[in-house]
Parts: sequence; structure tokens; C-alpha cells
Amino acid sequence: MSSIVEMFSYSFMIKALIVGILISLCASLIGVSLVLKRNSMIGDGLSHVGFGAFAIASVFNFTPIYFALPIVIISSFLILKLNENSKLQGDSLIAILSSSSLAIGTFVISIFGVNTDINNYLFGSILSISDIDIIISIILSTFIITLYIFSYNKIFAITFDEKFAKSIGINTDLYNMLFAILCSIVVVLGMRLMGSLLISSLIIFPTLSSMMLYKNFKSVVISSTIISIISFIVGLISSYILNTPTGSTIVIINLIVFIILKLISKIKSN
Amino acid sequence: MSLIELKDLTLGYDNQVVLKNININIEDNDFICVVGPNGSGKSTLIKGILGLIKPISGKVIYNNLKQNFIGYMPQETLVDKNFPASVYEIVLSGTLNNVNFYTKKEKDNALHNLKILGIEKLKDKNFCDLSGGERQKVLLARSLCATSKLLILDEPSNNLDSKSKKDLYNTIIKLNKNNITIIMITHDLDHDNLIGNKILSLREDEIFFGSTKEFVRRIHHE
Repeated sequence: MSSIVEMFSYSFMIKALIVGILISLCASLIGVSLVLKRNSMIGDGLSHVGFGAFAIASVFNFTPIYFALPIVIISSFLILKLNENSKLQGDSLIAILSSSSLAIGTFVISIFGVNTDINNYLFGSILSISDIDIIISIILSTFIITLYIFSYNKIFAITFDEKFAKSIGINTDLYNMLFAILCSIVVVLGMRLMGSLLISSLIIFPTLSSMMLYKNFKSVVISSTIISIISFIVGLISSYILNTPTGSTIVIINLIVFIILKLISKIKSN
Repeated sequence: MSLIELKDLTLGYDNQVVLKNININIEDNDFICVVGPNGSGKSTLIKGILGLIKPISGKVIYNNLKQNFIGYMPQETLVDKNFPASVYEIVLSGTLNNVNFYTKKEKDNALHNLKILGIEKLKDKNFCDLSGGERQKVLLARSLCATSKLLILDEPSNNLDSKSKKDLYNTIIKLNKNNITIIMITHDLDHDNLIGNKILSLREDEIFFGSTKEFVRRIHHE
């Protein structure tokens, strides 16, 4: 208990806690729709793009978040548009974007060199959370929660059956675009904390775990946010106590939750 | 007055024409079966009527009917096999052409349509736990929530066994008798069992639109 009290006496820990809780909340809400529409790898692809952008920003002394955010948002539009019109399969497209960005990032860093530890971008660092991150996280989460409250039914309709949703006049293109932008912001903010290799787990795990527990959309949405926030807090505290990397500890906690719930659901169904 | 008029309608994708100069009047309470080989433009026609694609030329005129108040049942609903959605959540979503939030009116409408199709007991079940026939009825109930006038069904009997198929067709016939106009794409080209009062046959060389009896007579002459 004393280590927990000590942990939160550091201001960087408080910042990490606030941003982490808000990002976990946003990632899980967006994740429900992405996972169920089988688009969950978008988060993974965008995080690799984010890595490339962060690397270039570091080399040329740009502010990383201001440089990475528009690049990742543009990439998400690209994925959406090419997905609709291109002959390439969605997953191949994401793989191309993902590996190319990772390659460009590593290439640029090795040529020009940077002062920052490359591991911070790949696996995250709680020390990198700034006041700007907190402000953007608060704005982002307020927007996503408001969007969910006012458009929950439409989000469900689009997630379940986009063709039907379009036929009854729901602007599915607008919602898809909105989700792509929100996913980009979540990824860019979250990868500072979790790292580009691990951030997509915040989008995917909570939904998959919730689906082990519940069979209706509303319960999955609510429970995935709860699971996501609790897993983050437990992961953050565990990483401090065990002196392990924060991002990977949070992912391991999410994995443990998923395995436990999977076992419970197996036992129940038997 | 016709419910929908297709005037010199040409449809396609990226200016590649799929259907050319279609002129059809869909009357109130018609039951039109759209038949034709794969690639003949059946689904394109439906997308054109629903406004999901813009006409290359010509127009679709809706009389006393708003475009988004057409009950559409897509050919396939490619949901994840573990999609967490209850039957009630899905059926209710059919009312979203009218509202953002569900009130008692929408909830009553959904329950009413579940009852009409005899699936009210499935209300709280997970969609993915249902049989093929039950799923199609759920999607039909959702389409009914979107309309009181026109249902467009894209191969609703796909992947159903003969018993479920018969059951579904009987339900659709009953809906038509209750003054709902039906446009149904079908692959069931068993001409002795064609249902509906009109046929729209789309073939490369010829487009036929007329009564089912006339269509059958022509087929027997060929």
C-alpha cells in the first residue's frame, strides 16, 4: 500500500494515470466498433505509421505530437478510401503501410540519429506524457463519450450492418471517417504511453474480453470500458511495484483478463 | 398512382453501364420478383432504387414515399460469428430512419413486428445463436420497422433449407396481403412456383417486365 502512495506522489505518475485512464476509455469505445467490423488491425497499422512520424519529427526537431497527428489521420483516410476502391485486400494494405512506416522510421533514425531512445517509441514511456497530452486526452474523451451518448443507436446499426444503415439514411461515410480520425488520435496519444507496438492491444483486448461475458451490444460497450480502465490501473501499479515496462505490463494484464474470461465462458458453455 | 417510377434509368459503376434505360412503374401493393442470371444487374437495380448508387442517367421518382423509408433486407449480413447483438437491438435499429433515440413508439413498433413474424420469443436471444431461417425473419422484422409501404428483399431465401424457405415465402406473401409492396430478388427459377404478381426478368438480350402469368407463358413458348 505504501508503494502505491509513494507512486502517486510523483507528478509524472499522476499524468500517466489521467492520460492512461482516458485513453483506455476511448480506445475501448472505439475498439468495440473496429473489432466487430473486423477492422481492428487498423489500430496496429496506424501505430506503426505513428512510429515513422515520431521518428521523422525527432530527427527534424518538430514537436512529435503535432507532426504525427496529421500524418496518422491522413493515413487512416488513405486506408478507408483504398479499402473501398482498391483491389488490394484491407489487411494487405494495412501490412504494407505498417511495415513501410516502420522501415522509414528506423531508416531515418539510423541515417540522421536522434537523442531519444528508440525504445520509447516502440514500447512507450510514462515519462514522455506532457500537459498537452492531458488536455488533448480530456477533449478527446469528452468528444467520444458525447458521440457515443448521442449516436449510440446509429453506431450499433452501422457496426452490425453498414448496408442497411446506409439504406435508412444514416451517413455511414461520415461515421467511418469520424472513427478513423478518433482512432488516429487515440493511437498517437496512446503510443506515447504504450508504445507503437503495443497500443493496438488497448483497442482489441477489452472488446474481446467483454464478448466472453455478454451477448448484447450495450453490455459489451459498457463492460469493455470498465475492463479497459481496470486493466490499465492494475497494469500501471503492477509495473511500478515490479519495476517492469508499463506498456507491456498493461498488455499482460489485459491478456490475463482475456484468458480468465475465456476459460469462464468455456466452463459455462459446457 | 405509382409508388416508384424508374424513368430512363441507367445504372452502373464508374460509368461502366450495368443496366440501360429502364422504364418501370412500381404500383402500390405490387409483388415483383426480380430474376436473372448472375451479373445481370439485379442488385445494382436495387441499389439504384435505394439511392445507394447514383444513376448515370435517368431518375427514380418516389411518390408518397421517402427514400429512407424503404425496408431493405440485404443479401448477406456478414456479421462476426460472435457478434454481441440481441434480436431486439437489431429489430429496433430499423426505426432509426425516423429517430435518434428510441421512444415507446419505436419499441412498440419493434415488438409488433416481432409478433407479426412470430418470433417474439426470440427477442432477447443472441442473433448469432439463431438458425438461418430465424435470422432471416429477424432481418425481415428490422426492415418492417423501417417501412409501412415498401420492402426490398435481396435473395432472402439464400442458404435456407426448403422448409425454412417455404415458411419465409409464406410470411412475405402475408405481408403483401397486408398492403406492403414487395420487390424481391430471387434465384428460385422454378417457374411453377414463382410467387408475386409481376416479374422483372433481367437478361442480357432482353428485359421483361410484366405479369407473372405472362412471364410463365413466354417461358413455356421458348
